[in-house]
Amino acid sequence: MMSAEPLLSLKNIKITFGGVRALKGVSFEVNPGEVHCLAGENGCGKSTLIKIITGVYKPEDGAEFSFDGQPITAMTPSMAQSLGIQVIWQDLALFGEMTVAENIGFQYAVSGKYGLVDKRAMEKAAEKALARLGVSLDLHLPLKELPIAQRQIVAIARALVGEARLVFMDEPTASLTQSETDYLIEIVRNLSASGVAVVFVSHRLAEVLEISDRMTVLRDGALVGVFPVEGMTQSRVTELMTGRNFDSAVIAADHDDQPVVLSVKNLSRANEFDNISFDLRRGETLGVTGLLGAGRTELALTLFGMRRPHSGEIVLDGETVHFGSNREAIRAGVAYLSEDRLSLGLNQPQSIADNLVMASLDRILSSGLISPPKKENVVAHWISALGVKIGKPEDPIRTLSGGNQQRVAIAKWLAIGPKILILDAPTVGVDVGARAGIFEIVRKLAAEGLSIILISDEPPEVYFNADRIIHMAEGRIKATYDPRQMSLTDLEGKVYA
Amino acid sequence: MSSLIQKFNKTFGADMAGPVIAFVVVMVIFGLGADNFLSLGTFGSVAFQLPELGLLTLAMLLPLLTGGINLSVTFTANLSGLAAASVLQAFGGVDASGGAFVIAVAAAVATGAAAGLMTGAAIAYTRAHPILVTLSMMIFLRGLGEFLTRGGDVSGFPSYMEPIGHGSIFGLPIPLLIFIACVGVWQVLLTRSKLGFGLLMIGSNVEAGQYSGLNTRRIIMLVYTLSGVMCAIAGIIMLARFNSVRIGHGESYLLITVLAAFLGGINPFGGFGRVLPVFVALVVLQLLSSGLNLMGANQHLATALWGVLMIVVMAARTIVSSYFASRRKKI
Repeated sequence: MMSAEPLLSLKNIKITFGGVRALKGVSFEVNPGEVHCLAGENGCGKSTLIKIITGVYKPEDGAEFSFDGQPITAMTPSMAQSLGIQVIWQDLALFGEMTVAENIGFQYAVSGKYGLVDKRAMEKAAEKALARLGVSLDLHLPLKELPIAQRQIVAIARALVGEARLVFMDEPTASLTQSETDYLIEIVRNLSASGVAVVFVSHRLAEVLEISDRMTVLRDGALVGVFPVEGMTQSRVTELMTGRNFDSAVIAADHDDQPVVLSVKNLSRANEFDNISFDLRRGETLGVTGLLGAGRTELALTLFGMRRPHSGEIVLDGETVHFGSNREAIRAGVAYLSEDRLSLGLNQPQSIADNLVMASLDRILSSGLISPPKKENVVAHWISALGVKIGKPEDPIRTLSGGNQQRVAIAKWLAIGPKILILDAPTVGVDVGARAGIFEIVRKLAAEGLSIILISDEPPEVYFNADRIIHMAEGRIKATYDPRQMSLTDLEGKVYA
Repeated sequence: MSSLIQKFNKTFGADMAGPVIAFVVVMVIFGLGADNFLSLGTFGSVAFQLPELGLLTLAMLLPLLTGGINLSVTFTANLSGLAAASVLQAFGGVDASGGAFVIAVAAAVATGAAAGLMTGAAIAYTRAHPILVTLSMMIFLRGLGEFLTRGGDVSGFPSYMEPIGHGSIFGLPIPLLIFIACVGVWQVLLTRSKLGFGLLMIGSNVEAGQYSGLNTRRIIMLVYTLSGVMCAIAGIIMLARFNSVRIGHGESYLLITVLAAFLGGINPFGGFGRVLPVFVALVVLQLLSSGLNLMGANQHLATALWGVLMIVVMAARTIVSSYFASRRKKI
């Protein structure tokens, strides 16, 4: 691994967009066969750097660029391709309707003899690529029938067909469960063992530390440094990425003197969750953790009135409720922040302002019509109360970063004046630094008396932010924990057991 | 120049630019090309022809904004007209009283609303694509109308109906005033009402709307019901203008209403669009056809030019937006 000559070497990379220095003289090196982590918060310049390496953007004068010892003066996307530099973007860019073989051997479809598709060559290439990863998949299955982890494999296999020597993987584990992530990590190891260098771009620090040899950390377009991964801790990486020190401490406290706001009794829904009971008191934060498929989201949607329980009782403020729809739940003061911010939680093309008032229209009416000044006031109030960084309230919400989008999504629910706020995976796609900001808001809301159900598949999130933790597995409550009486490692051990 | 554009955008919205530019171009070309274009005569012909197409376009607009479409607008209009005609005939045809007229209008509106509600309920509950549902509705209504009228005209209405189609108040044609009032109602509906807010939201993402507590089924049903009511108003105007009802009246308007809406900057996928640019787009289309008429060109050529205009506006929009996008990057 410690070959004298790096496979890829960049020095003094600068680029400016719209007067903003996106990269301020960054250098970056990858050794042959190495697993390298490129870490940094959103907007730190990771994607820009990858786009320079693949010839999409041109760096400013003074840059030094070499691949395999050969200096490169002007990289182009097709040159990157022929040198064996491949990028697997987070969205994978695969074809759902096409088969595994067609997806992997795609280039054979566009460059066959006489303009015809050489199916045999395509399948052979696909088989070879999968074999190299040590995986076997049904080549004739349409891609959309595969779970996401296997689609990921298909994307990697496609990169290998192009004789990859350096593969960039952008957030490859963002939508994977723990076991799928383990599987992917195994694949990356095989890849690296076969001599292909892999650059891993990820938010999820645990797996970065597990898989990489070295890491390059960027912050605000500048190089923080290159570090060996051995001996690195998650909090140290966070500190390097954000330049701040996040002290994590358990905040759990007793709320026994507070009134019970929500009481769930023996709640069940066939094939989703079974016999769930718990109490939630005023100002309390209840953490719900467990692996994907544990029934957490289904439970949340039932509390939110979007699904009907098959048996059991939901008691809100002492009264049994039977929500016919989430509108009734909202009126009763139950809010649910969806785990899927992109398609369910927010209306991405619409404006920040409209997204913010979407659930609380009744509060901005004046003689039956929406009052523009009232709307403006509500929007301005929440934007400043939650410290959302925006341009204009009329801008589409998709123009905001994940963290700022999530703040608006939270504001949308606070605007209804809720009693209970259910947060389902509130930090998915949110930067490490911005996550801390989100939890700061959550803690403040709890201190103001809001009852919160915090659902997360990352044990540290519930460990550091909840008063009590419910561990769900296969639709049942496996155990209830008090963060004060256990270590984080204990909790992780139990969840991943 | 750019500050002028900014000011314009702030006052009228960026989607207004396309129709307004097209308006200016049409005015200049015909103003220079046809001697008597800038005259009261042109205004009169535009003012009388605009409302039929205009009202049907308003009926098309709400479904388009939800990401749907209503292919049954013309037949809903004529069937509503037919309902009104039947009532008038039952009360003595030419001799029908003013009270009969009120009942006739109520019957027309009820017919339009019922057709729209059926469509809306089918879309909301079966989740079938609006193209399929409204296509079925269109064929059903046409068949029903042809069956009821035996494919012919129904005519013979009281004389007080005539001003609704041909009369003026203070020099402004009554159909135009009705149309402008409807534009006003739609404007308020879209910009200030909960329904308008909800229909735009579900136009770009139904599920996000549901998760935020919007009653998406109710919104869809209301949208198509209101579309049907607007068709009924168009049907009454057409009845008065032609002094007859025929199920096939204005059939060719159907796709022109879609064209006018897109020309007015409506997002073809739903979620975005405003009434005023659509209004201007409608005026442009009518001016184009009236101007060609004045120059002695064949009416069919006008239709062809409508298509060309649409393509030109689309191309211009792409060019302008990429120009601004490239400028924004440089700033």
